[in-house]
Amino acid sequence: MRWRYEEEDSYMSPDSLTRRTFLAGTTLVGLTAATVRGALVTSAWAAAVAKVGEAAPAFTIAATTGKDVSLADQRGKIVVLEWTNHDCPYVRKHYESGNMQSLQKEITAQGVTWLTIISSSPGTQGYVTPKQADELTVTRKASPTAVLLDPTGVVGRAYGATNTPHMYVIDKVGHLMYAGAIDDRPTTRRSDVPGAHNYVRAALDDMAAGRPVQTPVTRAYGCTVKYA
Amino acid sequence: MSLRITLAALACVFLLLGGSRPSTGASEGPRVQVELLSEVAAVVAGEPFRVALRQRIAPGWHTYWMNPGDSGEPPRIEWDLPSGFRAGEFVWPLPERISVGSAMTYGYSNEVVLPMAMTPPANLPAGKNVTLRGRASWLVCEKICVPEEAPVALTLPVAAGAPSLDPRGAALIAAARRNVPTASPWPASFVATPADVTLTVKASGLMPDRITDVWFFPARWGAIDLAAPQRARVDAEGIRLDVARGQLREAVAAPIDGVLVVSERLDGGVARHAFSLTALPRSPGTDAAGLGSLLRAIALALAGGLVLNLMPCVLPVLSVKALGLVRHASDRPALLRAHGLTYAAGVLVSFAIVAGVLIALRAGGEQIGWGFQLQSPAFVTVLAWLFFSVALGFSGVIVVSGRFAGMGQTLAARSGYGGSFAAGALATVAATPCTAPFMGAALGFAVTQPWPIALAIFEALGLGLALPYLVLSFVPAWSRLLPGPGPWMARLQQLLAFPLYAAAAWLVWVVSQQAGPHGVGAALAGLVLIAFAAWLHGALGGIRALWRHTATWTIAALLPLLIVGILALGPLGAGTRSPASEVASGGLAWEPFSPERLAALRAAGTPVFVNFTAAWCVTCLVNERVALRSPAVADAFTRKGVVALKADWTNRDPAIGQVLGSLGRSGVPLYVLYASGAETVAAPTLLPQILTEGAVIDALDKI
Repeated sequence: MRWRYEEEDSYMSPDSLTRRTFLAGTTLVGLTAATVRGALVTSAWAAAVAKVGEAAPAFTIAATTGKDVSLADQRGKIVVLEWTNHDCPYVRKHYESGNMQSLQKEITAQGVTWLTIISSSPGTQGYVTPKQADELTVTRKASPTAVLLDPTGVVGRAYGATNTPHMYVIDKVGHLMYAGAIDDRPTTRRSDVPGAHNYVRAALDDMAAGRPVQTPVTRAYGCTVKYA
Repeated sequence: MSLRITLAALACVFLLLGGSRPSTGASEGPRVQVELLSEVAAVVAGEPFRVALRQRIAPGWHTYWMNPGDSGEPPRIEWDLPSGFRAGEFVWPLPERISVGSAMTYGYSNEVVLPMAMTPPANLPAGKNVTLRGRASWLVCEKICVPEEAPVALTLPVAAGAPSLDPRGAALIAAARRNVPTASPWPASFVATPADVTLTVKASGLMPDRITDVWFFPARWGAIDLAAPQRARVDAEGIRLDVARGQLREAVAAPIDGVLVVSERLDGGVARHAFSLTALPRSPGTDAAGLGSLLRAIALALAGGLVLNLMPCVLPVLSVKALGLVRHASDRPALLRAHGLTYAAGVLVSFAIVAGVLIALRAGGEQIGWGFQLQSPAFVTVLAWLFFSVALGFSGVIVVSGRFAGMGQTLAARSGYGGSFAAGALATVAATPCTAPFMGAALGFAVTQPWPIALAIFEALGLGLALPYLVLSFVPAWSRLLPGPGPWMARLQQLLAFPLYAAAAWLVWVVSQQAGPHGVGAALAGLVLIAFAAWLHGALGGIRALWRHTATWTIAALLPLLIVGILALGPLGAGTRSPASEVASGGLAWEPFSPERLAALRAAGTPVFVNFTAAWCVTCLVNERVALRSPAVADAFTRKGVVALKADWTNRDPAIGQVLGSLGRSGVPLYVLYASGAETVAAPTLLPQILTEGAVIDALDKI
């Protein structure tokens, strides 16, 4: 009710001054907390999946032989990861046409480690025992370096593998260089195999020539990985 | 080969398990039955028409959209058409989100109809039949995925005259087309950071509480993480959607196409609208903290703050403060500086509070900007009273302890600092209704920014406001340029009361816009009470302070009652017209609605169509674009002599609210058709909230 440019009764007592400052402070603290929380949620999400150009997630899982295979042991070698599910029509396209086997033969002959990984959980399509997996390798005349069993899906999820087939290429020092489809024909037709551009071979060629991988990420196509 | 046998076997199993029998003529697939539909019963040479691939999908299974998402494959047709025929691409109805573990796919379940254009050659002889043949292939998934394919064919006669409709095919295709996204009426853009993509759709004027869900379906894989949560914020500027970046890093270099789905709550439930849009890439500089634009905004805010000092509501406060400096120019400089700093602190803290409240409210989805307080008639009234009280002080009506008694004192008293701080706070409050040049641009930028930047801009504005007094207190030489102390100071102070009276009068006028004559009455009554209390306080000067204060404060206590009265009156913002009423809707000539106009038309026996709409109503917008703007609808209005009235409820007009209420509704959209004839004739027809061209024309044809 009273206001003068200077007066003994102050317009605002020291008490109310403190209260105002406190209110402003509280608002700021609240806002800061909200922002930090938002940032954390985002980074947790981003960290969930392996990223091309960064270190490939480490893993140690059992091969069909019963022995553990660790990515770290492959240091010094290029590693190709192939997610598979033998009953998936897209996988069958590449095995029944012989495309996958010839790629395995060609690439492992160059000293590349080829790890076939099965992340189907027990009771789902593509789940196999070690014995069945080895039989499949024999009957399909496949030649991976090893077949790894990931029934809990831990490795598959770390790589963000969503499809079968889903292909990854890791360089000699453990960096992820390629992630995605096997080729540029996202169909189940065997007739599409001959004219297709194979992204895995292209990535390996780029790496051999010391070039950056031209197509480092593609949309993987196939069946969903049958995680638990 | 073995695959084919497996599929055939699976097909048998499926049919035995009770899959529905396909109708005659439909191709059989084990999990999806397909057939080719046509919108016309006969082909006319050179006249394009629509055909469609219909998929009926076994329960639990799904097929895919054009962007199948992280897995899957869209259906396709390989045509084997008669010579000269050309088939278009599928037109894709809105898909469902089908989440599979950590992956997201987009597809259809139960049934989908995928329309496409078919253009026959111009030289097609009439009287013969043509057969459109093709091979449809698709992937169908449940937990497992199965590729299927089937031949499809459709035989149609060639007619000479006008095309005739195939009722079943036309109905199915029309239904599918209603689920096809419409072109977005709003421009869209996006900004990519290493972790996120922020999509901005300039759908200004939406009501956040009406929008229940927003989801973006990108047309291609790679730019955004499909399975990541999409955090949508709807405010006055539009829709902002934050989502994690996708794996394809280079995808954000190009425009992102896709479909934005906006769900809006209506009276009768939730309406889902799909808009196809292309979001153009935008450099982060124009959005989040480009250093250049940030510095520019801060500079503008600083300049705006400086100019605020000259505004009629702030100038008196500052001037009287400056007079204090003149009076005390001989005091110790350190003391003056301390007072300058306290004043600046008062300004900055007050600005921080205003900014904090504003930012917090906006984070909560409120659609407000600078001056949001002024939307409340109660706040405006209190501000008017405050200006009036300060003006009375300047005029000398409110005298604290003897005329000019305080003026001769030094600034040394402890409460003097409180006074300086309070003056700073008062300057901020007084500045609220004033918008200085440059302020709008800076604050418009601030409110779209992350809070630290917004706060920095607000504080720059505060600093600008505090700066002149701060400078005077630090450079006493400057204040010595002012004339020496004397009786002119009292005269000036009295003169400066008048801008404040003017500000108070203006605010009462604002109240009249917001709360009508009763609000003005309450505000003016408050002014009288204040003047009376001020006089009483002075007049009782001789008696004991306790009595004096009690009497004054008793009168002052009546003020809150007036506020309650104002709050009970008119709603926020009533009386301002929205631009929606001026927007013409295509071919129809809309007249503004009023109950009187409606009554007059009906009394004259004229049929009337009333479109209850609002600028913030997405469904209304879609209806106008999809149905009401079509030439066929305009024709039907003319044919039937129906007058089109538009009731714009953007501002909650009570007259419109009452009519809505009498029709059993509380919100928009609402479409009402009054048939011709006397008012006593049957109740008006209420059209569906989701309009189609056909529904409007049918309703018009019935009258």
